[in-house]
Amino acid sequence: MARKRSLLIPGVDKRLLIKDAIKVMPDLSRRRFLTGGASLGALTLLAGCDVVDSSSAEEVLKKVSKFNDAVQAWMFNPDALAPEFPESAITRPFPFNAYYDLDDAPEIDGKDWKLEVRGLVDNKKSWTLEELYKLPQVKQVTRHICVEGWSAIGSWTGTPLRDFLKLIGADTRANYVWFQCADREGYNSPLDMRTALHPQTQMTFKFADDILPRAYGYPMKIRVPTKLGFKNPKYVISMEVTNDYKGGYWEDQGYNSFSGN
Amino acid sequence: MSSLAAAESHATREPARVIQPAWVRTMHWINAFAMILMIMSGWQIYNASPLFDFRFSSNITLGGWLGGALLWHFAAMWLLVINGLVYFIVGLATGRFRRKLLPITPGGVLSDLKAALTFKLSHDDLAKYNYVQKVLYAGILLVGVVIVLSGLSMWKPVQLHWLVSLFGGYDVARFVHFVCMSLIVAFLIVHVVLALLVPRSLRAMIIGR
Repeated sequence: MARKRSLLIPGVDKRLLIKDAIKVMPDLSRRRFLTGGASLGALTLLAGCDVVDSSSAEEVLKKVSKFNDAVQAWMFNPDALAPEFPESAITRPFPFNAYYDLDDAPEIDGKDWKLEVRGLVDNKKSWTLEELYKLPQVKQVTRHICVEGWSAIGSWTGTPLRDFLKLIGADTRANYVWFQCADREGYNSPLDMRTALHPQTQMTFKFADDILPRAYGYPMKIRVPTKLGFKNPKYVISMEVTNDYKGGYWEDQGYNSFSGN
Repeated sequence: MSSLAAAESHATREPARVIQPAWVRTMHWINAFAMILMIMSGWQIYNASPLFDFRFSSNITLGGWLGGALLWHFAAMWLLVINGLVYFIVGLATGRFRRKLLPITPGGVLSDLKAALTFKLSHDDLAKYNYVQKVLYAGILLVGVVIVLSGLSMWKPVQLHWLVSLFGGYDVARFVHFVCMSLIVAFLIVHVVLALLVPRSLRAMIIGR
């Protein structure tokens, strides 16, 4: 007991210390693709290599996931619209979902906020919220499907991303639009260009006709009804039109990058 | 015919009697492997957002966390679907399904079920399925089709929205997928127990006779 106490540094908040320590520690459970019964000898046949060390199985799984990216891109129909629902179907309250608590969600002052535009675009000027609000907006009531399996129907109003990309003179032959967000860990995610140009992919400013609440990504989220929820960036601060695959917060941890619906 | 000749002809005829042809055996074990990967990783995926008031123990799940489980699930998916498709095509083309599984008559099922429950069901000829087996095997093939279709609905609800509406919505497809998994697991338990009770059937599935 006395020994334990001596480990604590006087004057330091215990709770915060633990929180910071956890952040630095690698999350074992996230990276551990192989558990218990999974070191199956038969997998050796599949992988064509020794799977006693789990990293080679991980490599095989990543390769299959890349292949699945390609298959999904091939399956993706740019004209197929996500089903729309009546307003009565909206899930209330629409769940808050992130890798942090709502208390830790970015608090953004709309007056100071600017959307930065980078990469393969003609006009790299930054946009204020006031300027963006003046763009034509449309509403959609669509289902948000989380990678975890739950889903919720929301009402989203904003400017189709493809209209904005046209407006700024983006090279729409580029591979990706890469988004960066104001989260503490700097969430980012690449969106393939064909999905970015999908008619329902939207720069969202309103939820259920009200200014987008902080919980859902104030001042701007990217609503992509043809992707799983984790590929719908919130608190967006910049977008970059690029040919390079720059990875993403969840993609780098193993979620399939296309993750299309 | 002398008794020796009879014994000889019996001996030479015997090895030719293959109960499970090589393609059935190969696909059976590929299927067993793929299904176990699908079920264990599926349980881990379920744990991320449980439909019911329980979670699967991490001792029987695969993938370590949601992202890992999804990688396993969508990798084993290819093995299962390709193997399953070939199985269906060969099974239909060779007439094996028709020969082994049809006809299924309600009367036959009832009398065989009664015999099975009173432990009087004969299992002498492994090449011939009784009505209980016919119903179970035909039923599990059907469940296999439904679990793949409900899985596709959850994987591509926008691209395959017609399929989703066939199930009655995304949420219903999730339940259907879970119920089919439960039926397959229940089938697996009965199937394995019976195979252990009739060891000759396991031998036939390994070496063919």
